[in-house]
Amino acid sequence: MNSLGRGRAAVLRALREKRSGLAPCDFETVTLDTCIGRVAELDEIRVRPDLGAYDCRNNRLAQSGLESDGFSEAVAAAREKYGAERIGVFMGTSTSGILETELAYRRRDPRTGAFLAVFRYAETQNTYSLADFVRRYLGLKGASFVVSSACSSSAKVFGSAARMMASGLCDAAVVGGVDSLCLTTLYGFHSLGLTSPVPCRPYDADRDGISIGEGAGFALLEKPAPRPGAGAILLLGVGESADAYHMSTPHPEGLGAKLAMQRALACAGLTPAGIDYINLHGTATRSNDASEDRAVHELFGAQTPCSSTKGATGHLLGAAGITEAVVCMLALQDGMLPGSANTRNIDPGLKCDYLVENRKAGPSRVLSNSFGFGGSNCSLVLGVAG
Amino acid sequence: MMRVHVEGLGLLGPGLGGWTASRPVLAGLEAYRNGATVVAANDMLPPAERRRTGVPVNLALAVGREAFINAGRDAGATATVFTTSCGDGETLHHLCETLASPERDVSPTRFHNSVHNAAAGYWSIATRSREPSTSLCCYDASFAAGLLEAASQAVVDGKSVALIAYDQPYVEPIRSARPISGIFGVALIMTPDATRSSFSVLELEFVARSEEATRMPDPGLEAARAGNPAARSLPLLAALARGGSEKLILEYIPETHLRIAVSPCR
Repeated sequence: MNSLGRGRAAVLRALREKRSGLAPCDFETVTLDTCIGRVAELDEIRVRPDLGAYDCRNNRLAQSGLESDGFSEAVAAAREKYGAERIGVFMGTSTSGILETELAYRRRDPRTGAFLAVFRYAETQNTYSLADFVRRYLGLKGASFVVSSACSSSAKVFGSAARMMASGLCDAAVVGGVDSLCLTTLYGFHSLGLTSPVPCRPYDADRDGISIGEGAGFALLEKPAPRPGAGAILLLGVGESADAYHMSTPHPEGLGAKLAMQRALACAGLTPAGIDYINLHGTATRSNDASEDRAVHELFGAQTPCSSTKGATGHLLGAAGITEAVVCMLALQDGMLPGSANTRNIDPGLKCDYLVENRKAGPSRVLSNSFGFGGSNCSLVLGVAG
Repeated sequence: MMRVHVEGLGLLGPGLGGWTASRPVLAGLEAYRNGATVVAANDMLPPAERRRTGVPVNLALAVGREAFINAGRDAGATATVFTTSCGDGETLHHLCETLASPERDVSPTRFHNSVHNAAAGYWSIATRSREPSTSLCCYDASFAAGLLEAASQAVVDGKSVALIAYDQPYVEPIRSARPISGIFGVALIMTPDATRSSFSVLELEFVARSEEATRMPDPGLEAARAGNPAARSLPLLAALARGGSEKLILEYIPETHLRIAVSPCR
């Protein structure tokens, strides 16, 4: 669920049409000259009444995602199969329900500074609120936490869930990520000079920053059958690394990015030639696309087709990892490699085989990159059973 | 059940000035005396970054460093798990105040310090570690969640892992909505197999919540434990300080506790 639409079919249709969900920012009282990928119906919905204390933009978005594509029904079936205690919930978010806190700060007693309205800290502001809400919503009782490592958060949850399952603490896991529009990220990224005034143009010669979007994505992970049925999506590898370079700028040579990709390939037991498509982090900042291109080119050369789908969705921050993992799953099932919305002239300084147009192919193994603030990197290798 | 070996610890809390210094108090051999947590300005970072860090980052770096010194291990080659319920509450307060003002003139440094993984980012810069690092939150059970993640990394990936947990009180008005007492940070380095530095073995498993969580016998330490998510580690720290064989229970999620069997390395 994101500005492209609700559910896999809507997102796939938008990608096929190379439609972008980005539009000039009209969020809340924000007056910045930037574009956003907004989910319009969030203003209309409320979370399920029994979880009313959790009502905030982020958890509404979570609920919309859980009610898409029959996901909550699939989890209910898994709950019958494994038991609620044996299914973990591992979520990624960067800002959780911080919008509630931002709004509460506008309504304070001028004399004491105290909040004037009810402020539900644990259910909205706290970073764990999202996983707490999701596990209650789905009636799950297994191990749980939130990973909050900025823009790699909801890629890294795949690694945490896989380890929890491998160590025997869970039989299955719901992973995912949700991030919703708020003033902190809009004004924060603007203060760093990282937001573009136009819909973001990954890999374009004229790219000048990100467009922030909001979105939710979820996946149910189960241990693979000894012989997975044809069409089953497989998590083949996870690779994580740190840049050890700078808090808000990626390593110029992409050393951390390269290491994450190498580790994901090693985890999957693959060489670079075994990857048919790469969904890049591709934020459309000058520095990210340059350093990521360098890292990808050093490993894969110019043979492996790659693209960023952030021109379509915007940068979903803590939900970017799961959203782009789902885009990769759609590519594996549909056989279409998504081209890059909004990109017109590929930067001649970048060397990878970057897809501006959609390409029909039959990928069987793909890589998804998610790199974040604080130099936190995660790459996933996904495949489809033949 | 997951089994890991403990190599070294770092600790800063109210009246607890380092793991080595606090061990007799935690073991019950000396009386506990409450006092403000002393967090020195960090000297691990390059000057440009050093100027930008606040208490939570300095706290995380300080306890992390003590644990690595005690373990005799290279921080640059070790994966990390950071866990905190609240992150940098002072930065959150300033950001929200700025966003409620007409100018909304957000400082870029405050913004990047506000991310939940700020301490992890600074740690990797300070130690030049490119090993995997994750940053977690599980409200009051953030320490237990971090312990599970770190132990599963050690056991499944077969690597050494440092767990760093920290929390500090918010300022008002958030403080009233989420009271946290004292400043508390702890670091624990674990390995899948015994090493020359290992001194204890931990066996972790889930138990039903009907089993009661372990409390601290000393009222002062019990108040610290109950008041700060990172200090929920105290029953484990006390068992490690005593160095014997014992079992304890940490609160985790609503339905489940975490039982830890601690025993000395042979």
